[in-house]
Amino acid sequence: MKITILSGKGGTGKTTVATNLALSLNNAQFLDADVEEPNSYIFVKPNFADRKELVWREVPKIDQEKCTNCQECVEFCEYNALASFGNDLMVFPELCHSCGGCKHICPEGAIIEDNKEAGQIKWTPDVNGLEFWQGELNIGEISAVPVIEQLKEHINEEKTVIMDAPPGTTCPTVEAAIDSDYCIIVTEPTPFGLHDLKMAVEVVKKLDKPYGVIINRSENDANQIIEDYCTAEDIPILLRIPFKRQIAELYSEGFPFIEELPEWQERFKEVLGEIEKVIE
Amino acid sequence: MKIALTAADNTGLEAKVDPRFGRASYFGIVDLELMEVEFIDNSAANASSGAGIQAAQLLSDQEIETLISVKVGPKAFDALQSAGIDIYTVDGGKLKEVVELYKNENLNKLDNPTNPGHMG
Repeated sequence: MKITILSGKGGTGKTTVATNLALSLNNAQFLDADVEEPNSYIFVKPNFADRKELVWREVPKIDQEKCTNCQECVEFCEYNALASFGNDLMVFPELCHSCGGCKHICPEGAIIEDNKEAGQIKWTPDVNGLEFWQGELNIGEISAVPVIEQLKEHINEEKTVIMDAPPGTTCPTVEAAIDSDYCIIVTEPTPFGLHDLKMAVEVVKKLDKPYGVIINRSENDANQIIEDYCTAEDIPILLRIPFKRQIAELYSEGFPFIEELPEWQERFKEVLGEIEKVIE
Repeated sequence: MKIALTAADNTGLEAKVDPRFGRASYFGIVDLELMEVEFIDNSAANASSGAGIQAAQLLSDQEIETLISVKVGPKAFDALQSAGIDIYTVDGGKLKEVVELYKNENLNKLDNPTNPGHMG
């Protein structure tokens, strides 16, 4: 079973939910797909040793002998990764989205594939019973998608897979959610939280995934804004994590709060039970 | 000789220099002998990425050899260098004033990008 943890808004508690949930379960695999700034490792504390693989993506390289400077590739490239000055065709690999269109369109076969390192993947087979994987996007890379795609190749279907998705509602988030069996949307009881929750709900609806909401920094009075919306839209609220100083302090020190508040392990297990009922 | 300046509007030599290169609203092409300006729309202004590169391509296609702007980032700088276009920078002002500064050799030729790159 694959569960993706997402949120429209950043900073709502995706990583808090993902790490505490994964550490509460038996036989779980964790994938940190928030590859622009993966931070689950701060709480899980894996030792990657030298377990690492690189992520490559294809970018064009010009065979200058075959290139007739017809500029068809320059006109084709939506991202201006190619430019032609005089007889010199220039490639700007950092702007290339690796669509392969230029290679396809070149009448002379003058575009050959080159590889650019997009990021890397690190893992550890066992940290406190958890199998832990993390994707990292190189600085300056234009898209997180290739790293998330390769990270997903390591999904172990035998385990309960918990994936921490990138925040937002764009391609990287979709890439992290598209193969999952269930989506947990984390939100906070603020107007921003509600606004971005609505956007995340739109995405999971389009992906046709079953989903539920976890409210982080939950407070009775403030919650109304989220509760009203979820009631109106018939969205289950799986869990409410209270706005408590102790939880905030543990977070700031890099500790999963289930370690100090073990009763929460049971609550996270119950969440998994609810999800299993929905999927079956 | 014709030089190009980034221009915020296309009203004439009273127009202000646009502080952006790749996403400048217009390019003013000035004939230095006649002191006349022609404007071209910057088709790169709304590019999803690589506006500076596309703008350099546009100027290269117009056979421009000299550009005056305020800021030129690293990718645009590389592209302009490849195109053999000399770059001069100015803090701002009207096209007329800036052209006079250029004629009197009061502008510095750019040897490096003015600012680090940004994505998109």
